[in-house]
Amino acid sequence: MDAQAVENRFAEALADPARPVPAGLTSARGEADRLRFAVYRNNVHVSLVEALAKTFPVTRRVVGEGFFRAMARAYVADHKPDSPVLSRYGESLADFVAGFPPAAGLAYLPDLTRLEYAWLQAYHAAEAPPLGARDLGNLAPDALLERRLVPHPATRLVESAFAIGSIWSAHQEDNVTRMSIGHPESVLLTRPHAELHATVLPTVDTPFVQRLLDGASIGEAGTHALQCDGAFDLARALTGLLALGAFQRLPAHSEENPT
Amino acid sequence: MSTAPTLPASAGLGLKPEHYGEILSSMPAIGFFEVHAENYMGDGGPPHRYLSAIAEHYPLSLHGVGLSIGGSGPISRDHLARLRRLVERYRPASLSEHLAWSTHESAYFNDLLPLPYTPGTLDCVCAHVAEVQDALGIRMLLENPSTYLLFEDSTIDEIDYLAAISDRTGCGLLLDVNNVMVSAINHRLDPHDYIRRFPVGKVGEIHLAGYDETHDEAGERLAIDAHASAVRPDVFDLYQFTIARTGPVATLVEWDNDVPDFATLKAEADRVEAALAHLRPGQRRVA
Amino acid sequence: MNRQVLSLALATSLAAGFGVAASDQATAQDMEKCYGVSLAGQNDCAAGPGTTCSGTSTVDYQGNAWTLVPAGTCEEMELPGDRMGSLKELDRDLPS
Repeated sequence: MDAQAVENRFAEALADPARPVPAGLTSARGEADRLRFAVYRNNVHVSLVEALAKTFPVTRRVVGEGFFRAMARAYVADHKPDSPVLSRYGESLADFVAGFPPAAGLAYLPDLTRLEYAWLQAYHAAEAPPLGARDLGNLAPDALLERRLVPHPATRLVESAFAIGSIWSAHQEDNVTRMSIGHPESVLLTRPHAELHATVLPTVDTPFVQRLLDGASIGEAGTHALQCDGAFDLARALTGLLALGAFQRLPAHSEENPT
Repeated sequence: MSTAPTLPASAGLGLKPEHYGEILSSMPAIGFFEVHAENYMGDGGPPHRYLSAIAEHYPLSLHGVGLSIGGSGPISRDHLARLRRLVERYRPASLSEHLAWSTHESAYFNDLLPLPYTPGTLDCVCAHVAEVQDALGIRMLLENPSTYLLFEDSTIDEIDYLAAISDRTGCGLLLDVNNVMVSAINHRLDPHDYIRRFPVGKVGEIHLAGYDETHDEAGERLAIDAHASAVRPDVFDLYQFTIARTGPVATLVEWDNDVPDFATLKAEADRVEAALAHLRPGQRRVA
Repeated sequence: MNRQVLSLALATSLAAGFGVAASDQATAQDMEKCYGVSLAGQNDCAAGPGTTCSGTSTVDYQGNAWTLVPAGTCEEMELPGDRMGSLKELDRDLPS
């Protein structure tokens, strides 16, 4: 049997606990051993569940340890990582949770899971100097409105019809008290330096942030936000965003000619 | 392929995030730190901030777990590129990987899976090792595995297999003494015989760890490479037997699950350091 | 609603804006200011904990998981109307 065929059989048997030990395996006593093969099978499943448990601590707290592990096992069974870098494993868990019947009563759970994945990506994102208010200070108002900003590599926006930012924030501590979560929240993740910030955006500012992150100019995004809500205050929103380090300061020559 | 700097012949520890702060503030006397390369393959953020600061003060060993060098499929170009970026970023004193496979048809299993030892797989593994060394411009170390089952197809002894890889590719070997014990228990082999026959001149690093134990279907001892406890006495004895042959070699204590406080890890490293110190006065390798 | 309005808005004070749900309670410490929060990595080269027993059976998604009820803090999350935390609708989806 060639090496690839051996590997195929091994991989198939790893995936399916109902399968017998693959042909060609033996032990010192001269026969295949189910418990010995189970060590490999368990290593695969337990270690991948463990990796998800590390990536989704809030989801875990919300549903409880036993439920989380059962759900993660179901996910692992059908979704193996496509790369050995496990900090990027679990991107599709949110979609899986949305279609996982036992979690159907927890309508906010997929978005919460999405937020946790985004948080980890922001944590690992590249370093870059954040754009500050001072960097834009010399621009004339017209030039400022024409300006397009480049998101900082760590910046992520996660939007939800539920209060996922409040849930996430409350679960950074052990005691979670009864909370109302039926209102929408958009969470902006930023990491201008070492520290990661999760910010619940004011509803009035959310359209502005969406458009800016999509590449609209400050003027375009501001106009859109004003159309959504006449109370939108561009200066306040822009200053707040810059203070959070949501955008990247580019080298001087490219600052002059933004695309 | 350029030569790489080597690790100091002293005791090292696996670097765990829960100990970053304590290490940076107390700068303990540790010969080197080792990390799993895959945990530092993000572009930036706290992991690199901490590792960069620690690597300024200690030699660094990169230990990969995801290259799937023992797999029948090609080495992932993407993963090799990530490893290359890491090597360029940190210029580690050592780079090591496992004689095992972990990726099959793009699915990553996150375990070090075994392969049959045949002339065919030997050619494939050698090609992979050569490819990695060429791509990274560094001599790598390849680690002996711990295994739970055997392949009927295997026609080459594990030590001959490892020695052949080293001869053909120029790579060094990472001798995991805990793996030797685990496999010896699991396959009813004599661990001392394994060490006696191992090509000690090729050993660039030694690993130690704790194993767990249970029983198989026939009630026979089944040792598991758990890295969740202190180095067991039988493994430490085997280690002393090993370094009497190799002479002083960089030795890592691995403790990856149920990670204890740093003082406990440091005590393990001190135990290893004492064994190495005991060798140094005039002791030469007997190989 | 036009550029003039926006320009005027820009001329106002540059005081910081948002209400922040902070993620960084612990970051008062200097170490974390400099380096950030340390998180355990996801990759390992050891056998997983509990590796000898937990995956040997075929109990899985098709079995136990379907009768599972979330048991964490989710009971504390109030949704308006009849969407509140209830898992009753599950029954109809249970595989036969």
